[in-house]
Amino acid sequence: MTESQHDSQPIVRMQKLNKHFGSLHVLKNIDLEVKPGEVVVVIGASGSGKSTLIRCINGLEEFQDGHIVVDGHNLVPHGKGAKALQRIRTEVGMVFQQFNLFPHLSVRDNVTLAPLKVRGVSAAQANESAERLLDRVGIRDQADKYPSQLSGGQQQRVALARALAMEPRLMLFDEPTSALDPEMIGEVLDAMRELAREGMTMIIVTHEMGFAREVADRVIYIHQGEIAEEAAPERIFDEPQDERTRNFLARVLKH
Amino acid sequence: MEVTFQFDWAAAFGSIPHLLPGIPWTLLISFGGLAIGFVIGIVFGLMRISRSRWLRLPAILYIEVFRGTPILVQVLFIFYGLPQLLGGPINALTAGIAAIAVNSGAYISEVVRGGVQSIERGQREASLSLGLSRTQAFRYVIWPQAFRRMIPPLGNQGIISIKDTSLFSVIGVGELVRQGQIYIATTFTALEVYFMVAMLYLAITWSLSLLLRQLERRGLVGQ
Ligand SMILES: Nc1ncnc2c1ncn2[C@@H]1O[C@H](COP(=O)(O)OP(=O)(O)OP(=O)(O)O)[C@@H](O)[C@H]1O
Ligand SMILES: [Mg+2]
Repeated sequence: MTESQHDSQPIVRMQKLNKHFGSLHVLKNIDLEVKPGEVVVVIGASGSGKSTLIRCINGLEEFQDGHIVVDGHNLVPHGKGAKALQRIRTEVGMVFQQFNLFPHLSVRDNVTLAPLKVRGVSAAQANESAERLLDRVGIRDQADKYPSQLSGGQQQRVALARALAMEPRLMLFDEPTSALDPEMIGEVLDAMRELAREGMTMIIVTHEMGFAREVADRVIYIHQGEIAEEAAPERIFDEPQDERTRNFLARVLKH
Repeated sequence: MEVTFQFDWAAAFGSIPHLLPGIPWTLLISFGGLAIGFVIGIVFGLMRISRSRWLRLPAILYIEVFRGTPILVQVLFIFYGLPQLLGGPINALTAGIAAIAVNSGAYISEVVRGGVQSIERGQREASLSLGLSRTQAFRYVIWPQAFRRMIPPLGNQGIISIKDTSLFSVIGVGELVRQGQIYIATTFTALEVYFMVAMLYLAITWSLSLLLRQLERRGLVGQ
């Protein structure tokens, strides 16, 4: 297999994914492929299943039916296959709406914990790469502080550095700027933009439509657990084909 | 006849040397029992929140039984009752330590459970998403945070258990109250001696409070 053929293999492939919370059918027959280097933005109304969708990719949610392959590892229904799950999680990073930094650890220790305990790298190596990553997201001089001593925007950038420290092949973002004060949204989006430019594969749930249009290779609109429309950003935003997409965009772009 | 009330300070302070021998017993029973109770509390507290009902059910049973019965009955049961089952006597010190251990263990189980459950779900999710195993997530992320939150209720339980040892005079172990009773039997200065006994308990529990406050203050960093 040549390099280019390998690259065109999808890094995520979902087939006929179905997910229920009790009697609530949250994801309905989702088919989705993401190629290496692609930036996919997921949009949709509150409660439509966006978070659940990306949380299935790293096994934070189990699903009942269907199939997911992440970087060659199979995820099967009902959370079976713990080995594959562990592998997937070391290769897929995630950034959460509420940051979820570890409050009892310094910024540096937040970033080095997983490389030390999961990858088994040396302390020197972990520290060096933490410095480099914190520098890259613009907070190198905060390494000895605790998360509670940082602003929201800084915390989210630490969370990004923490995920990147595992050298993930795919990054998941679940509304990374929704918990931020407006003046801090920009700095987090800048860091994500930079990451996209460097070729990271990203799946981003966001309500930042301007950002979506700018960085996305593809936008997916989810309506009540179904993919209603999937297209390049210009097409989704300028000439949405589906009635439901048009209604949604009319509502959110008005504000 | 004059019945003016007199508190005899000389008698109060004079009783101290006779009471002091009780302090090591009180400390040994309470801290020995609490140390074991802490281990019990961690084990049963974690069983209590296990996903396996076969771990959960025995933990619930243990907690309910030892929280729901008086510690005085527990120590009498251990000291007078258990020997009938075991076929040999249990010494009073062992019985006292065992009673504090099983009793505080039940309460500490609930403290452990509450502490662990108070940690936001996102902490575990972030840990797992970084590739940590469930055990690693618990050890490096959940437990250190839970433990900090457990310090105040643990201190509370420590103080309660120290005071509970006063009940063990009934099985004749030579702790503070027992020493006081022995001394009063010869001097008939109940008022002064029990006052002094109370002061000595207060000295112990107050020291513990101060120590815990220090610990808490240090634990605040990074929270
Ligand atoms: N743990 C859960 N148990 C039960 N129902 C849940 C759970 N998590 C989510 N749901 C439900 O599943 C549906 C989809 O939730 P999800 O969080 O994926 O939506 P979302 O598109 O991310 O919404 P938002 O924009 O508000 O974050 C919602 O109706 C939600 O109430
Ligand atoms: Mg969501």
